[in-house]
Amino acid sequence: MTKTFFLSAAALLASSFTAQAFAEEVNVYSNRQEFLIKPILDTFTQETGIDVNLVFIKDGMGERLEREGRLSPADLVLTVDVSRLMDVVDKDLTQAVQSEVLEANIPAQYRDADGKWFALTTRARAIYSSVERVGKRDDITYEELADPKYKGKICTRSGKHPYNVALTASMIAEHGSEYTKNWLQGLKDNLARKPQGGDRDQVKAIKDGVCDYALGNSYYYGVMLTNDDQRPWAESAYINFPNQGDRGTHVNISAVAMTKHAKNKDAALKLMEFLAGDEAQHLYASANHEYPVKPGVEPSELVNSWGEFKADTLPLTEVAKHAKEAIKLVDEVKYDL
Amino acid sequence: MKRYGWTVSSWGIALALTLPVLALIVESLLPAEDIFRHLWASVLPAYIGNTFWLVLLVMGLSLLFGLPAAWLMAMCELPGRRLLQWALILPLAMPSYIVAFVYTDLLDYSGPVQLALRDWFGWQSATDYYFPPIRTLGGAALVMGLVLYPYVYLLGRTAFLEQSTSLVQSSRLLGCSPWQSFRRVSLPLARPAIAVGMSLVAMETLAEFGTVNFFAVNTLTTAVYDTWLGYGSLQAAAKISAIMLLVVMVLLSLERMSRKRQQVFQKSMGHEQETGYRLTGVRKWAALGFCWSLVALGFLLPFVILCYHAVRYFDRAWNARFFEYSLNSLLLSAVVAVLALAMALLLGMTHRLKGKRHTVLPLRLASMGYALPGTVLAIGVLVPLTMMDFAINDLALWLGLPEPGLLLTGTMTAIAFGYLVRFGAMAIGAVESSLNKVSPSLDMVTQTMGYGPAAMIWRVHLPLIRKGMLAGALLVFIECMKELPAALLLRPFNFQTLATYVYQFVSDEQLELGALPAIVIVLVGLIPLIFLNRSLEQHH
Repeated sequence: MTKTFFLSAAALLASSFTAQAFAEEVNVYSNRQEFLIKPILDTFTQETGIDVNLVFIKDGMGERLEREGRLSPADLVLTVDVSRLMDVVDKDLTQAVQSEVLEANIPAQYRDADGKWFALTTRARAIYSSVERVGKRDDITYEELADPKYKGKICTRSGKHPYNVALTASMIAEHGSEYTKNWLQGLKDNLARKPQGGDRDQVKAIKDGVCDYALGNSYYYGVMLTNDDQRPWAESAYINFPNQGDRGTHVNISAVAMTKHAKNKDAALKLMEFLAGDEAQHLYASANHEYPVKPGVEPSELVNSWGEFKADTLPLTEVAKHAKEAIKLVDEVKYDL
Repeated sequence: MKRYGWTVSSWGIALALTLPVLALIVESLLPAEDIFRHLWASVLPAYIGNTFWLVLLVMGLSLLFGLPAAWLMAMCELPGRRLLQWALILPLAMPSYIVAFVYTDLLDYSGPVQLALRDWFGWQSATDYYFPPIRTLGGAALVMGLVLYPYVYLLGRTAFLEQSTSLVQSSRLLGCSPWQSFRRVSLPLARPAIAVGMSLVAMETLAEFGTVNFFAVNTLTTAVYDTWLGYGSLQAAAKISAIMLLVVMVLLSLERMSRKRQQVFQKSMGHEQETGYRLTGVRKWAALGFCWSLVALGFLLPFVILCYHAVRYFDRAWNARFFEYSLNSLLLSAVVAVLALAMALLLGMTHRLKGKRHTVLPLRLASMGYALPGTVLAIGVLVPLTMMDFAINDLALWLGLPEPGLLLTGTMTAIAFGYLVRFGAMAIGAVESSLNKVSPSLDMVTQTMGYGPAAMIWRVHLPLIRKGMLAGALLVFIECMKELPAALLLRPFNFQTLATYVYQFVSDEQLELGALPAIVIVLVGLIPLIFLNRSLEQHH
């Protein structure tokens, strides 16, 4: 019994070595879940014959890459949030990539000037409002959520979740630290309950009447609408794109970057270009109800039905710069306690 | 050399297992900007308070649930005891983040329970009635108590069963009531085992992240994650971990000191004959009700909910990946369990053969990793192993050979090592508490008869501590099946465990899709539990 276990374990080990030694392949560290991108990567493998190996790393990707150094097997990293992306870029773990395809397909504000990272999709930090008690609010702003008139009417997830951190960081970039601290305090005072759960839980709370407004990413609206159990949550709320009267709605990105020590550079570049191409852009965006970055590629029909909006043009690197300051403010106002 | 073999190898193992902790301590000594001061001024005091109360509450609840159950199952005759005594272990097979998910979902304002209440009584909003909020410290403690009490139950029951009946009989003959005999004879004898169980509970609670996160309770683990991932300071995170570790060490030493003078050995193993108390009437029903409620709340209810989801989403969940990951998890857990047991035996026997002072240290050192949160442990594992990887590659380069790549951190070695560091303490604790009950006079007799240490271990000790060994190895196996945060960071390419697979769904708020693999984690955990129980049974 034990012997069989050991033998099988040894076989498993051996196969993991050999698998890495032959055949053209790309190794990807991703903090986007496997089931969301696997179909796109499979399409890539079918078309090119290049295998894609994937590890889902939710947290600590930068730490791991840093420790592995030149021995790291990773060729590409896929991130789902700008501050996690910049963590990897700032630690000098990515390398510049020159590609006409990438430069032609991805607008300048969605990629690094030196080619150290490229955004693939965008999503908006929306404000959901109750259909029953509020109605559609096209004029809403992030700033006014701190107004005492919203006392007890707002739900959010933890202030330290990367999505909320990025929003707070964009507030710092726009208004400065002191204003943002007061804003966070005001927002906290208006919360209907202690921050908890995920973005979808907040919309569910609107349906249950716990609160009237909630912060949440745009793609969750699509996820809920296409899930039989969650459709009623989505239908109880409108999706509003804030700050249309001024700077526009805060957007975040999912992105790809080549690691500094990539060993399969050619294959990795092929995958990057594939991800920025028409087919993958459409697949990638519609699989998760996001907005493609390549001009001319339409979002899914469902996403289109939510209407067009103006996105904040503040460079995302600017947002990422204020991320640590944002977390500090969240702690200072004890947002989650 | 031969004389030092035992000591040297146990020190070797202990130091290897301490590497991650040492790496963290070194890291924690590096300067950490002013993050620490900032944390002290803002949230850290509240986190410390939460952690303190949570650990205390969970320990209290585990004792409250586990100890009476252990005693009832070991000492009393109850209808359906054979079924009940292993059903009580079942919550152990259930990953706590799943139980947490199920209960928050069930008891939230929008959950079916409150929905039904509002329906029945016509309440309109939250202001119309009071319902204890589940996403609180109390809620978290209750759920964790329900999942963790089996540690106390399992070790406590084994201890009660291993107690010589003649002692209990003597106490009864000398005029003790059942309660007095429990308090004055059984309990003190079982105390080392219960203490081990309680410290397992405390360390699990301290290292827990997923569950407290579901309950929106911020603890020191939250602080570790925040400082590491949010503020990007491994140094500050390591500092907090080091403080947590220190607290655990102090608690454990205090506990050990408090029973230092207590040396108890038993001349016989197990019951010579069945002398269970026969419970009747109200007592019988109260005992049965108590035990079955534990089983129902800690296992049956979450399991039924998982089954419901698994059936509804069966078509989407039943696929090749699911089988592959099941096999991965099984193999990994089995290998680690065997290694942990071998290690525990070596350390435990060295301590026994070589006297006290200098051999107890390796034993304690090797158990330290258990108190580390999984993510922190993973970083601690990565630091020394990548250093070794680089050494190996540099050596290859120097010899003019092709670089072999990440031999340790790029393969299953890293994750297996991580698990050994984290769960070795369970095997060590189980083996140690069993060994402690074997009278030293037996060793002396064996030696007088001319046996060497190896023969003595093989022919005397191993048969006597078989149950403890099995219990230890199985605990390790089950924990490896469930473990999540370290697996997320340490697994190599194209390698998923069932836990990481389930977590992908849970973290995306789609437990439905992860229900089938979650059930497999539970069922696979059940098989060793059944074995464990049968071996305990066969003795009687």
